[in-house]
Amino acid sequence: MSKKRDAKKIVYESARDFPQMPMSQGSMLWNKTGSWRNIRPEIHLEKCTQCGICWKFCPDMSIVIENEFPAVDYDYCKGCGICAAECPMKCIVMVEERK
Amino acid sequence: MRKVIMGNHALSYGAMLSRTQVISAYPITPQTQVVELLSEMCADGTLQAKFIKVESEHSAMAACIGASIAGARTFTATSAQGLALMHELLHWASGGRLPIVMGDINRAMAPGWSIWTDQNDSLSQRDTGWMQFYVSSNQEVVDTTIQAFKIAEAIGIPAMVVLDAFALSHAYEVVDIPEQDKVDAYLPPYKPYARLTPDAPCAFDGLTGPEHYFELRYKLQKDMEKVPALFDETGREFEKIFGRRLEAVEPYLCDDAEIILVTSGTAGFTARVAVDEMRKEGIKIGNFRIRMFRPFPFDAVRRVLAKASKIAGLDRNISYGYHGIFCQEVKSALNGSGSSAPVFGFIAGLGGRDIMAASFREIVDIVRRQDKPAEEINWIGVKK
Amino acid sequence: MSKQKKMTLTLPTEELVGSGNLACQGCGANLALRYVLKAFGKRTAICIPACCWAVIDGPFPYSCLGIPVYHCAFETAASTATGVKAGLEMIGDTETQVIAWAGDGGTFDIGIQSLSAAAERNDDILYVCYDNEAYMNTGIQRSSATPTGAWTTTTPVKFPKDQPKKDIDAIMAAHRIPYQATASIAYPEDLYKKAVKAKNIRGTKFIHVLAPCPTGWKSRPEDAVKLARLAVQTSYFPLYEVEDGEKYTLNFKIQNKKSIDEYLKLQGRFRHLKPEAIAAIQAEVDRNWDRLLKKVTAR
Repeated sequence: MSKKRDAKKIVYESARDFPQMPMSQGSMLWNKTGSWRNIRPEIHLEKCTQCGICWKFCPDMSIVIENEFPAVDYDYCKGCGICAAECPMKCIVMVEERK
Repeated sequence: MRKVIMGNHALSYGAMLSRTQVISAYPITPQTQVVELLSEMCADGTLQAKFIKVESEHSAMAACIGASIAGARTFTATSAQGLALMHELLHWASGGRLPIVMGDINRAMAPGWSIWTDQNDSLSQRDTGWMQFYVSSNQEVVDTTIQAFKIAEAIGIPAMVVLDAFALSHAYEVVDIPEQDKVDAYLPPYKPYARLTPDAPCAFDGLTGPEHYFELRYKLQKDMEKVPALFDETGREFEKIFGRRLEAVEPYLCDDAEIILVTSGTAGFTARVAVDEMRKEGIKIGNFRIRMFRPFPFDAVRRVLAKASKIAGLDRNISYGYHGIFCQEVKSALNGSGSSAPVFGFIAGLGGRDIMAASFREIVDIVRRQDKPAEEINWIGVKK
Repeated sequence: MSKQKKMTLTLPTEELVGSGNLACQGCGANLALRYVLKAFGKRTAICIPACCWAVIDGPFPYSCLGIPVYHCAFETAASTATGVKAGLEMIGDTETQVIAWAGDGGTFDIGIQSLSAAAERNDDILYVCYDNEAYMNTGIQRSSATPTGAWTTTTPVKFPKDQPKKDIDAIMAAHRIPYQATASIAYPEDLYKKAVKAKNIRGTKFIHVLAPCPTGWKSRPEDAVKLARLAVQTSYFPLYEVEDGEKYTLNFKIQNKKSIDEYLKLQGRFRHLKPEAIAAIQAEVDRNWDRLLKKVTAR
């Protein structure tokens, strides 16, 4: 996934390196919110009808489309469980996170 | 082109000649003529600008901030309560490093309601990170407004052009209105350090933690410290084009003066008249007018005042529980400079009471009578 | 997998809200912006005052958004957006659209003055209020958008909020702006359609989105969408549009209204309510619904 490539934190050595004002210089992709998770979604694709509802309702853009099926981006999925709650086929289950 | 205009219109001309692109303002006496003329200029096409007629000064400054971060040259004007209402956003503009220029017509703060002049409105905004330029003639209003944009945009710090209510805002004087092509040569179009654009999307002025905030404010101060040299440089450049020199301080007959009056605003103009009269009587006196209050011109203050044996600071303002504000700044500048001249503090003209040439005579009488100040504050013209 | 079928996508795939943001689990406000930006696209600038989104975007020197963002003062979303629009136009960018994106505190309370003024001037901005019904960012304090009976940290269970939610939509309709709508994160296609409509109208547009907040509503994160749906199905938060302040269109015709209890019982903030208090809320919901129906049919 391309988004993982530019996921870096910005470190300033001195005030000189700072922009003039508080101005963003990069994305939040360094912040792997997957570490917030207590429960994780697991998608059982055999029942999936490709309805796209899990993708549509993911607040964290962590349901990605792979080969026309949903997949979870565990780097960022916060484990809210909306995908499992909304899945009409009940093919997403929330299981305890393995730490 | 020479024209007899009021101080408020001089501010409008300054903004117009600077080719201000967005104006946002709310009416308040005694500022109204500034925005009335600008409205007309926008309406008849003399000025190609958008005038956002907002519902409060708070929104006026917010709209200026929005327009400025979008990359437009931005102007507003206000006074007293209006300036106080903007307070939060004055920090926003300077912290966001947005070179907004604002005219402030010095008016006393309520209550009781006053529309007359004193400096407590602008000086209450001393620590907001804005540059403050105090002017004493309508010519200076036009010239300083143009220069303010030049300095503000070069350094990324907003600037206030401050003039006395009525004594200047409503006073008609002959003003040499600069030609547009010359102003264009002096003040090229605004090139922002950064701006809101989908072509290079950035988030501005968001959450900033302890690991970053300090350096950003350090940089603001470091840039403020560059302003005295920049004021000088842009003032000389102004002189080359327009024949009038703009300086951060204006010493008048200070070289051999034993007593130096420290003044600002229109009182500084009156002080010159008083100095001329007293000079004729053989009193070795000079007037030192501070035009740039923020950043404070430490070097110039030390250089000029070091020669005096006595200093009299006149303030049309007060920091309750302490002193007049210009006077306390002068004292702090002289501390450690080697000067042992006593600084006499005077407060006069609060709430628009007149400061006359005779007021300066009273001041000088007190200073000549005393070796060192008998009182922390000498009150001029108050019925005690 | 041998299936050849394409995945059904009812919304554009472009994501302008990025992952790694600081929204809580199950955040409705995150979904709201995700949908609106799918409609508005890249040529958009957004003004965000103090609200949850001031944090969600990420701290300096980062931003999770793919569009230019100005983080403005709490009460200035509308006036800052107006300034941005004017500034952009003056430097020759007439294409970029400007959104003011504020929470309920920044809209119903502290920002209503500048919002009212922008609407009165009919400035060309879209103002979106994502309404999570309290000051969530500062720790769940009551706002004038907090509904009757709700617990917040400043309306404790012994003295829950006893005033009804302010009718911000009626206030905006009184300004006769060209377009306004209510929307819900449970109906993304409807929200998307409304945002597209707003994008193509010049003047002030206002969209009021109910954005459940699991943290502040004391509900389960996975129920966020369900709650937003129940709010519509119970007619607690009906979906409708208003044009020029008078032409009301109901987008979701409710045949069998669900009881408000179904909505309330999933939220800890209403757990203390006695049956008579719930009955009073039901009566208030019914009254509001009748009022709305009158406006819809009055045309």
